[in-house]
Amino acid sequence: MDVVLFLIFAFIAVVAAINVVVQTHPIASAVSLIGVMGSLAILYLLLGAEFIAVAQVIVYAGAVMVLFIFVIMLLNAGAEVKRGRSLLVQLLGAPLLIALLGLLAYFVQRIFPRNVTVHFGGFTGGSAQAIGRALFTTYLLPFEVISLLILIAILGAIVLGRKELD
Amino acid sequence: MDAFIVITIIKLLVIAFVLLTAVAYLQWVERKVIAHIQVRPGPYRVGPHGLLQPLADVIKLVTKEGLLPSYVNRPLYLFAPFIAVAMALLSIAVIPFGPTITVAGYSTWMQLTDLNIGVLFILAVSSMGVYGIALAGWSSNNKYALLGGLRSSAQMISYELPLALAIVSPLLLSNTLSLRDLVGSQAGDIFHWNILKLPFPQIVSFIIFVIAAFAETNRIPFDLPEAENELVAGFHTEYSSMKFASFFMAEYLNMVTVSAMATLLFLGGWEAPWPAAYGSSLVPTVIFAIAGLIAFYHASNPPHKLDRYTFAATGVIFLIIAAIFLAPIVQSWLLPLFWFLAKTGLILFVFIWIRGTLPRFRYDQLMGFAWKFLFPVAMLNLLVTSFLVAWRS
Repeated sequence: MDVVLFLIFAFIAVVAAINVVVQTHPIASAVSLIGVMGSLAILYLLLGAEFIAVAQVIVYAGAVMVLFIFVIMLLNAGAEVKRGRSLLVQLLGAPLLIALLGLLAYFVQRIFPRNVTVHFGGFTGGSAQAIGRALFTTYLLPFEVISLLILIAILGAIVLGRKELD
Repeated sequence: MDAFIVITIIKLLVIAFVLLTAVAYLQWVERKVIAHIQVRPGPYRVGPHGLLQPLADVIKLVTKEGLLPSYVNRPLYLFAPFIAVAMALLSIAVIPFGPTITVAGYSTWMQLTDLNIGVLFILAVSSMGVYGIALAGWSSNNKYALLGGLRSSAQMISYELPLALAIVSPLLLSNTLSLRDLVGSQAGDIFHWNILKLPFPQIVSFIIFVIAAFAETNRIPFDLPEAENELVAGFHTEYSSMKFASFFMAEYLNMVTVSAMATLLFLGGWEAPWPAAYGSSLVPTVIFAIAGLIAFYHASNPPHKLDRYTFAATGVIFLIIAAIFLAPIVQSWLLPLFWFLAKTGLILFVFIWIRGTLPRFRYDQLMGFAWKFLFPVAMLNLLVTSFLVAWRS
């Protein structure tokens, strides 16, 4: 059952990810990206990390992508026009893609140990309590540094926004 | 395992049937209440007191021609109402309506599934519901629809912040994210409910939650996405027949969900306001008996000729319900269900009441209210609550 669900949602994630690049209209790309985020959340859920899964939906599929779609709608961006491809792209595009995929496959084979298999739901540290404890004990410094970084980003956004006003 | 699957399917069917009927009749209640606020009778022709009006509306919506305008973005235009109603239905899955119920030896919770992150699940699903409206507005290829979709997404993003902050404070008091345990932590009398619980009663955060919930469900006074006098019908201008009905259903389902959430988070879920030892178990009987007697009184001097029979029949039904609440076999699950539905229904009534009372906000007032008032107040409330919870433990 878990494997079937994994295959279904992994397939959806990959197809949607390819669709992000292939689509010419920004809204269609953004909707495909939501599909990627959503299926990734379900993959996290299958692995037993329920908090991460919900956070993925709330933060990425919910908040971030709503902003993307909002901005695309606000700017009323139209579909891109297909331009002719240059000779370099036509010649080297496909071989380079195959080379990249081959390299990735090779390193995945090399690095990950062979005799370890994934157990669906075997991971137990994904509850809200476990994540909260880890954040405020083991990863306290990175957590605080990131919150400072986000604060700086918010201040930067306010400064940029004010400049536009006057 | 097989029993579990069968029970789950039965629960699914029961909840889906009851919920969809309730949504259809919620609309009848809304029309009636608004009508009485405005001193007019409301739906009156279809069935006694318009009681069959929802049925007629459903038949009308299903049989109407589904227009597909030629200039829309077809896949997204068809997908948007689906996503709106699917996300609205999905969040009901984790809402508990009462404690365990035992039927023919099998005992089960009155809830489809209990997640240990139930509260977050509802937040996640409701944040996905924005897409239904935003994409409907965009894909319609109509300026009014686009403006409605834009307003709606901006409003929902803004009000999600105070909503989430208002939810966090009762969670701090209850120390759980599961909706079932949330109610368990509020067991006892009314002073154990999160709205009045020590160390810090969550009255402020309850009010913020309800205000933000009004905005999240696009209800008056925050119904700018569908402001008729500015935007025709907003994001669903180009929709007809069942596709239009999907948005309508989604709005009412979301209302039911947020009301149930408010009940579970602040009002103690299915817990009675005071212990059964002091007679809280008699409240439903008394209420239904009084309703039955009022119906009999009206039957004795009827305003219309037919009311002599309809009111008498209603009175008999109410008295039978009052008697059922006295039966000890059903009391264990019927009483909690009564309290849950009574609290949820009360909040739903406030939704309708406010619609009949308040005018609409201006757009800048709406945004200013969320960011300059609700957000800081919710933040302050959260800070005070967390300090007091930390100080006490």
